Amino acid sequence: MWIFSIGHDGPALANLWAVTPTDHEHVVTRLPRAILHPRKRILRRLAGVPVLLLVAIVLGGCRLPTFGAFRGVTKQGQTEFTLWSWLAMLGLAVAVIVWGLIFWSIIRYRRRDDKIPHQFHENIPIEVIYTVIPILLVGVIFYATVISENRIDAIKAKPAEIINVTAYRWGWRFSYEDSSGISQNVLIQTAAQPKLLAQPATSSEYPQLVLPDNSTVRIVLQSADVIHGFYIPAFNFSRYAQPGVTNEFDFTPTITGVFRGQCAQYCGLYHSEMLFSVRVISKVDFSNWLSANRS
Amino acid sequence: MALTIDRPVQAEHHEEEHGPSGLLKWLTSTDHKVIGKSYLITSFVFFLMAGVMAMVIRTQLSGPDNTVVSQHVYNELFTMHGSLMLYLFAGPFAFGGLANFIVPLQVGAPDMAFPRLNALSYWLYLSGGITMIAGFFTVGGAADFGWVAYAPLSDAVNSPGAGPDMWIVALALTGFSAIFTGVNIITTVFYLRAPGMTMFRVPIFTWNMVVTGILILIAFPVLTAAIIMLWADRHLGTHIYTVSGGGVPVLWQNLFWFFGHPEVYILALPYFGCVTEVIPAFSKKPLFGYRGMIFATISIAALSTAVWAHHMFTTGTVLLPFFSLMSYLIAIPTGIKFFNWIGTMWRGSIEFKTPMLFAVGFLVVFLLGGVTGIFLAAPPIDFATHDTYFVIAHFHEVLFGSAVFGGFAGLYYWYPKITGRMMRESLGKASFWLMFIGFWVTFLPQYLLGLRGMPRRIAEYSASTGWGGLNRISTFGAYLLFLSVAVMMINFYVSWRNPIPAPDNPWDAGTLEWGTTSPPPHHNFNSIPPIRSERPVWDFNHPEHTTFGLHSREHASEERRD
Repeated sequence: MWIFSIGHDGPALANLWAVTPTDHEHVVTRLPRAILHPRKRILRRLAGVPVLLLVAIVLGGCRLPTFGAFRGVTKQGQTEFTLWSWLAMLGLAVAVIVWGLIFWSIIRYRRRDDKIPHQFHENIPIEVIYTVIPILLVGVIFYATVISENRIDAIKAKPAEIINVTAYRWGWRFSYEDSSGISQNVLIQTAAQPKLLAQPATSSEYPQLVLPDNSTVRIVLQSADVIHGFYIPAFNFSRYAQPGVTNEFDFTPTITGVFRGQCAQYCGLYHSEMLFSVRVISKVDFSNWLSANRS
Repeated sequence: MALTIDRPVQAEHHEEEHGPSGLLKWLTSTDHKVIGKSYLITSFVFFLMAGVMAMVIRTQLSGPDNTVVSQHVYNELFTMHGSLMLYLFAGPFAFGGLANFIVPLQVGAPDMAFPRLNALSYWLYLSGGITMIAGFFTVGGAADFGWVAYAPLSDAVNSPGAGPDMWIVALALTGFSAIFTGVNIITTVFYLRAPGMTMFRVPIFTWNMVVTGILILIAFPVLTAAIIMLWADRHLGTHIYTVSGGGVPVLWQNLFWFFGHPEVYILALPYFGCVTEVIPAFSKKPLFGYRGMIFATISIAALSTAVWAHHMFTTGTVLLPFFSLMSYLIAIPTGIKFFNWIGTMWRGSIEFKTPMLFAVGFLVVFLLGGVTGIFLAAPPIDFATHDTYFVIAHFHEVLFGSAVFGGFAGLYYWYPKITGRMMRESLGKASFWLMFIGFWVTFLPQYLLGLRGMPRRIAEYSASTGWGGLNRISTFGAYLLFLSVAVMMINFYVSWRNPIPAPDNPWDAGTLEWGTTSPPPHHNFNSIPPIRSERPVWDFNHPEHTTFGLHSREHASEERRD
């Protein structure tokens, strides 16, 4: 709807830069609308876009739009999703406004006669406005980003479980420790050699990382050879496993289920078959599972 | 300074007639126009090769469990597709080809500052390119560690063989070629400008080439140093990037991206320059915010040296907020450029010839690439999408958007000047629309695939992932892109077999290159119009429609200079 509004306001917007004889017709026919300063009217129009989006979200059942992304099945993943959703709305709103301006100019100012248009080449106030507004937007986005990344990267002093994840060509090794760092003697790793084609991630050929629901676990990530990417799409999270670097981060799953995982960082010949899966189960099931799998 | 507008008479000598002709002329020439054309043709051949590789890649991915090529061949293909497109096409096409031909013309110079160095650049580039391609003919095949060659995957243990070594040598050769061209262009613009051509009257295309040249001087030596160390690790027993000998693998990533992110702008800024020439010419207006454009370009270049670690957010070894903020800040000068382009079209008289279609196509596609770039500059969002097809879609949108849409805009725009012939409008428009539609069909599904968790550089995937449908659409789009380039090749062929002679200034454009013949004579200009603004030819042809005189402030400074 608002695309049409901008189109409607176009000639008024054009008044900002210059007045040529052709403008008089517009000014005359649309005099009642010229009460507000044209710049204010544009700003009001542009301000309407996010408001419309907000209204759509609220009426749409208070759920943030996904734009195709996962909502996240961990607390950390959900924090990421919230940032993503807001940023995507803002970004697309900006894109739609700029696309609107592009399409408006190419349609409205198509060559109709051989007259040479007015040769203006600058307008300092307008240039200052479109420099300052992005600076303010960047400030807001940066603030939200820092808040969000601090939450995602936060590490609990006493996690419920510590899991050492080692990536190697082309498989994964998961070994469990309790909260004080004592080995639980539970080791799960890729059994099969890579085949010609990747199987579903939940296939028994690939290892399964088992996590307790509603408690915070620590992942200690390392690599035995080249760089790998420990990537769980539904968790909205990936981290490199690198030789010589130990990465630590926490997951707090909130939804039970089985999720696919995969090496995301290219690591050589069988990179596409370096799969695993993650099963999130209740705390009780988890402790039963631990004792059943002790070697 | 002597203000001779007409060149001394001896420049009228037809030197070409005394020199060699035919193939020997091409091999021995130091004329910037011949070298520029060599660059354009060579890089276009590499573009076609890399494009064919992309078609094989897309065919392999078109459905689950495909075995069109083996995993090993697939890994070679995506490595060489990326390497060819980035090192051998996108940079050399604009900076070696278009810049070589156009920059001396735009500043009113008879040639580049160092013609022999210019020829050396080209031959280094050609030999680098051949070396890289020749890797396919070695026993172990071409390099297969990705165009970024992350250590320790690229070391002698994990990637043995001659193919990777040839890739390293090729990078050194093309790197030196780029450095020499950078020196040449900077010197040409600083020292060989025609009388009256002050820096603030130099067209934006040339300005962008100067800034690109400076970025090349900052970035390429770092790459060269990094690959020499990689070579030493592979052959001389050093342990710079290997943990076993006390080395630091992540050092490669820091060095590579310190080159790699400025490189992204080395690839993009020249094409911004093309678009910035095309839009004013077809809107019949001067560029809106000329000085703002220059400062925006300079700040993009400056910021691009401080954002390299946004490629490394998921390594866990970098300071996230700093690199995030620096990356966000690039949006501001880029936004200024966008509004300046729109401001130039605003209240203009826009004619949609093929170059203008490609330029507007660039605006439309680059915008979404820029916006998704903002998303990726947020570390949490990068955690979720790093190394997925979301990133693939993002950088194809910006790189394809600039190098292909922007590059073709420039190519269609300057083709009459370079060859003295016109291209066919109907074929040009057909190739544009095929490309514009094919582009969205190819890359929009890839955003969604990335958000659904499809990692990059996987040779195959199982049907259980549910990625088959979107991949099929994307592959269909890629075939449309192929068709579009085929139509463009037909256009070249038609203009070659059945030429329509081009007038000197077919678009009624304003910059100095349109003030000489098409194609230009041996030393470019027989006479030069007075230069009073950044579009001297326009001022000469339309004396009642100049920009000076309208604005008193500029008018005053104009008088002071006189």
